[in-house]
Amino acid sequence: MIEVKSDSWLKKLSVPLLAVLFGFIVGAIIMLIFGYNPIDAYSHMILGVFQSPYSIGEALTQATLLILTGLAFDIANKAGFFNIGLSGQFLAGWLSAIAFALQFPDIPRIILTPLTLVVGMVAGGLYAGIAGFLRAYFEASEVIVTIMLNHTILQISNYLTNFVIGSSSRTEKISENASLGIQWLTDITRFSRLNAGLFIALIIVILYTLFMNKTIKGFEIKSVGLNPDASTYAGMSTKSTIILSMLISGGLAGLAGAINGVGTFGNLFVLGGLPAEGFNGIAVALLGLGNPFGIVLSALLFGVLQTGAPMMASRAGVPNEMAQIVIAMIVFFVGAYYLVEWIFEKVGHSRAQGPSSADVEGGVE
Amino acid sequence: MSAMSVLQLLVTSSLMYSTPLILTAIAGTFSERSGVVNIGLEGIMVMGAFASAVFNLQFYDTFGGMTPWVSMLFGGLIGLVFAVLHAVATVNLRADHVVVGTALNLLAPGLAVFLVRVFYGKAQTGPLAQSFGITSIPVLKDIPVIGEIFFTNVTPLGYIAIIIGLVSWVVLFKTPFGLRLRSVGEHPVASETVGINVYLYKYAGVLISGFLGGMGGAIQAQAISNEFGVLVISGQGFMAMAAMIFGKWNPIGVTFAAIFFGFAQSLSRVGHYIPVIQDVPVIFLQVLPYVLTIIILVAFIGKSEARFRTSICEE
Repeated sequence: MIEVKSDSWLKKLSVPLLAVLFGFIVGAIIMLIFGYNPIDAYSHMILGVFQSPYSIGEALTQATLLILTGLAFDIANKAGFFNIGLSGQFLAGWLSAIAFALQFPDIPRIILTPLTLVVGMVAGGLYAGIAGFLRAYFEASEVIVTIMLNHTILQISNYLTNFVIGSSSRTEKISENASLGIQWLTDITRFSRLNAGLFIALIIVILYTLFMNKTIKGFEIKSVGLNPDASTYAGMSTKSTIILSMLISGGLAGLAGAINGVGTFGNLFVLGGLPAEGFNGIAVALLGLGNPFGIVLSALLFGVLQTGAPMMASRAGVPNEMAQIVIAMIVFFVGAYYLVEWIFEKVGHSRAQGPSSADVEGGVE
Repeated sequence: MSAMSVLQLLVTSSLMYSTPLILTAIAGTFSERSGVVNIGLEGIMVMGAFASAVFNLQFYDTFGGMTPWVSMLFGGLIGLVFAVLHAVATVNLRADHVVVGTALNLLAPGLAVFLVRVFYGKAQTGPLAQSFGITSIPVLKDIPVIGEIFFTNVTPLGYIAIIIGLVSWVVLFKTPFGLRLRSVGEHPVASETVGINVYLYKYAGVLISGFLGGMGGAIQAQAISNEFGVLVISGQGFMAMAAMIFGKWNPIGVTFAAIFFGFAQSLSRVGHYIPVIQDVPVIFLQVLPYVLTIIILVAFIGKSEARFRTSICEE
């Protein structure tokens, strides 16, 4: 299998790689149980995407959103905050960007497009900020608060789409001035929905890396996440750091939502459930092990899976949801990384670092 | 509508919406008391709802009128099996509880809808063969006034759930099993020292949680939605967790908290029959259960939250 010398980065890298492998294996087992051919299914799902420029464009469109929601999850996570509300913040960004673009269709493009994105970003940031504020000052569990905010914005968004900013379940398309579409991208990807959002996301990746590694605020966020008490003792404000990280996190998710609105779809419609991009962003960030480059790679992988799922359904007859199952199992195995360490121990290539099976004492605390 | 029938309607529908929440909130209590944060309750409910719906449609001919009850137990069983994943990952593999719970929450809708498509070729099961009906409870229904409001044309499930709440309190606080389960959650090392099998009791906590959560999902599908689709469970698992925190991890408090959340949920469904409330725009009633959950978390709970946090931050 994988050759492991003593360097721990290789082992660290093996965690996501094995998680992906195991995720696909579990998916294959489920398919075998129900009489599908997993090799056939996976090849349609993955190779199918690379056979047409259109699908590649769609996969990149999806990856764009996942890069941003992945970073969004990551920054909150680094501050010790589990932002499971990305979907809601994403939708808040989508909703407000569309509402704004519909309200001011005639502002020149050079101003309207960036302004629309900023509106989405601010909306997402403030929406997440609620949870950050409640956690910082009232110790309310961000997990439950953000989930409740998710369902709240879903209801609000559907209501507004039906009765206020749109009618009969959808809004008008936004004007050309607000659109993120780029003609040459559309042309080379044969009319996929790929748009300028991709470049925005890549720029954000660079800015994010600089922010986390080269600025004091970035350091404080990581520090508070690692040890809030020590950080307070060192003179940092835990409360404002938590709120800041949540504002940025929600802002990134809101930006993704805005890009989805004015880039991918060009309108907003009534949603049956919460946008999957939020939850998949969690998966992306966990698989990327909190490394921006890793997050980009995971986003590309999940973008391909999501885009390939319908092809797998139409050509191999396996229901779409298989992609979601594989993604969920990947997250499961990333979470259960100890399994990987255990395998290494059994294989006996190297000494495990971190928790070893010798100091069993029952898990918690 | 007369005041009497308004009261009756409110009680009936609150009880109905509370039932899944009561069971699932108690499910969470067992798990967290044993020291395992079970954020995957939502996913467990999805699996329970799915399994009961399929069982209901498949075995109606065998079980007839008993079908919803048997399906409910089957839903619990599948919830338990699903919770084994959580137990293995958190207890044996020392995975981060929240990450694994999130993975289960991602997995359940994917897996359930995948299987529904495999079985029925579409994403929803369609109407079930037999759902939980309403009935009047003998003897109790004859009590003047109270009988009419609380025991006529109600779902007996609500009362069963409340009884399960009481029994859970006895189990957790008055039996050696409960004492050990709690000690394992509060101080695993000390428990180990006095000879308690820590793994066993953690497993017990998580598996009981899976069974009750699965039953909660099954009731949601069979008493409220009357089908299974991906929208049947939409946040109830997390609402149940809020009820668990609100009830301070005590089954009796948790039961009352869940009834309160059920009441809030039911308002958006029956609000348009009730004077005054029917004038409130429907959107406010729709977001009410969610917003109320947040308000309660913030206003009434405060520092007791700490317990929940520490058990997450184990690494």
